[in-house]
Amino acid sequence: MSERRPLGLHAVLIISSLLMVAPFAWQIITSLKTLSSATAVPPTFLPEGRWDNYAKVFDLLPFGEQFLNTVVMAAGRVAGQVLFCSMAAYAFARLRFPGRNLLFGLFLSVLMVPPQLFVIPQYQIMSALGWLNSLQAIIVPGLFSAFGVFLLRQFFLGLPREIEEAARLDGAGPWRIYWSIMLPLARPGLVALAVLTLLWAWNDLFWPLVVNTDPEKMTLSAGLAALQGQYQTDYPVLMAGSLIASLPVIAVFVFLQRQFIQGIAHTGTKG
Amino acid sequence: MTGRKHAASRKPWTEALWGYAFIAPTGLGLAIFYLWPVLQTAYFSFTEWGAFGGHTWTGLENYARLFGDPEVGRAVLNTLTYTVLGLLGIPIAIVFAALLNRPGLGGVTLYRTAFFLPVVTMPVAVAMLWRWLYNGDYGLINQVLALAGIDGPNWIADPATALYALIVVGVWSSVGYNLIIFLAGMQAIPKELYEAASMDGAGRVRQFFRITLPMLSPTAFFISIVSVIGSLQLFDLVFVMTGSGQAARANPAYSRLQTVVQLFYERAFVTNDRGYAAAIVMALLVLIAVLTILQFRLQRRWVHYV
Repeated sequence: MSERRPLGLHAVLIISSLLMVAPFAWQIITSLKTLSSATAVPPTFLPEGRWDNYAKVFDLLPFGEQFLNTVVMAAGRVAGQVLFCSMAAYAFARLRFPGRNLLFGLFLSVLMVPPQLFVIPQYQIMSALGWLNSLQAIIVPGLFSAFGVFLLRQFFLGLPREIEEAARLDGAGPWRIYWSIMLPLARPGLVALAVLTLLWAWNDLFWPLVVNTDPEKMTLSAGLAALQGQYQTDYPVLMAGSLIASLPVIAVFVFLQRQFIQGIAHTGTKG
Repeated sequence: MTGRKHAASRKPWTEALWGYAFIAPTGLGLAIFYLWPVLQTAYFSFTEWGAFGGHTWTGLENYARLFGDPEVGRAVLNTLTYTVLGLLGIPIAIVFAALLNRPGLGGVTLYRTAFFLPVVTMPVAVAMLWRWLYNGDYGLINQVLALAGIDGPNWIADPATALYALIVVGVWSSVGYNLIIFLAGMQAIPKELYEAASMDGAGRVRQFFRITLPMLSPTAFFISIVSVIGSLQLFDLVFVMTGSGQAARANPAYSRLQTVVQLFYERAFVTNDRGYAAAIVMALLVLIAVLTILQFRLQRRWVHYV
């Protein structure tokens, strides 16, 4: 009885996993076909090795530039958030200062507002600074995150106080305690914030779409979204392009799977 | 000992200064790019924007226009339908989490990865992929249906099917995220509860309904709050599936797909009617607040806190 049950369970799980993965398999197969065989009826299921579709993506779009823009944007946002959020989170978790709870409440209030409410004024700020169509435009507002502060504050609150107290008795100031003691201890939390920020930054569409309309300055997601309107019939090339665009984050996920999962689980159970 | 401790402890004002210094970067950033903009958007919703910049106070005019605008009504209805039906993803995620949570099950990492893949894939790429799968003439779905002799519709260009086709994509791409959170929630359930139940002779199915589901209800409540808020802001999928402007309106199902945030995008950045766009997004804020409060009110009926 108990020998047979897992077999049925595995059958259910394998079929549903295949349903999840099948669209991606079809994407890869399509990306390696010519347009005429992609639109053949009935369909063919063997890939054809048309690697030139991947080269064509670079002709349709300034794909190299957009790739670089996306990397720089994601790296900038991750670095900024990990540093700035951990500083604020440490202060909220450990330092005493007048107005601490009020300020923390103000930070949290940002989390409750749908992000579309920020967009028009943010656009005006970028326009006033002459930053439209620039890397600063897609990086700077993303350096600050109420979510990150909240996530890391929870993390700092869960850390033991003893090491900190010992360092303080040895005369270490707040910056030294934060930098040489708290940050190393909080590493799992910092990694969780970093992978989540990377995921959101890389896949972000609305803000990059609005603020950078020059194809050379776009991110991959905005560039692909714009492409879809113009070349909507050449599906093999579109599939190749969207595959290259989503691959880097998928690769990071495969290597840092545990951190990704823990980060997501953490936001669910404690956020 | 006490004397030394006293000497080494910081003066309160030094500690306060450090505190302000530590929160300054994020505090200033949030004030400039997030908190002040909320107030500005609220103000803009009472103004009309000229073609060459500048805006004039028009009082409640935008809101009056909002209530009479059939396009807004349709967008709200579409968004609400997507939001409510999208909640079907929650029971699906719970069932798969329960299956994966079975002690000693092999291959869990592999299954979990398969479910999680759509979560980490760029939404623009997901939307493009499904547009291709849904293609009326050459899409894989209709080709497979044709093998069974069924003539499938032009899924996302057919007003009868478009919104439901979209919901399927939404559930497909979020079920992995919910699954991970439910799995974490399940691992926090004390093992003793299950041990006691199986000593009482309760089978797996009974344990699922009597222990797992009630213990998981706070997690399900959290997910329902988060996914309602997320669904009400749906943009990426629809934007890629329909495009915007003239090309989008050529899609016969456009009026069944347009969402509130997509309408906001068009008014704010395509037709540059930013006062009206601000009113639309203020209405979205109210909608999110009402549905969130409603869920908190209803939680007493189904959420069990230990």
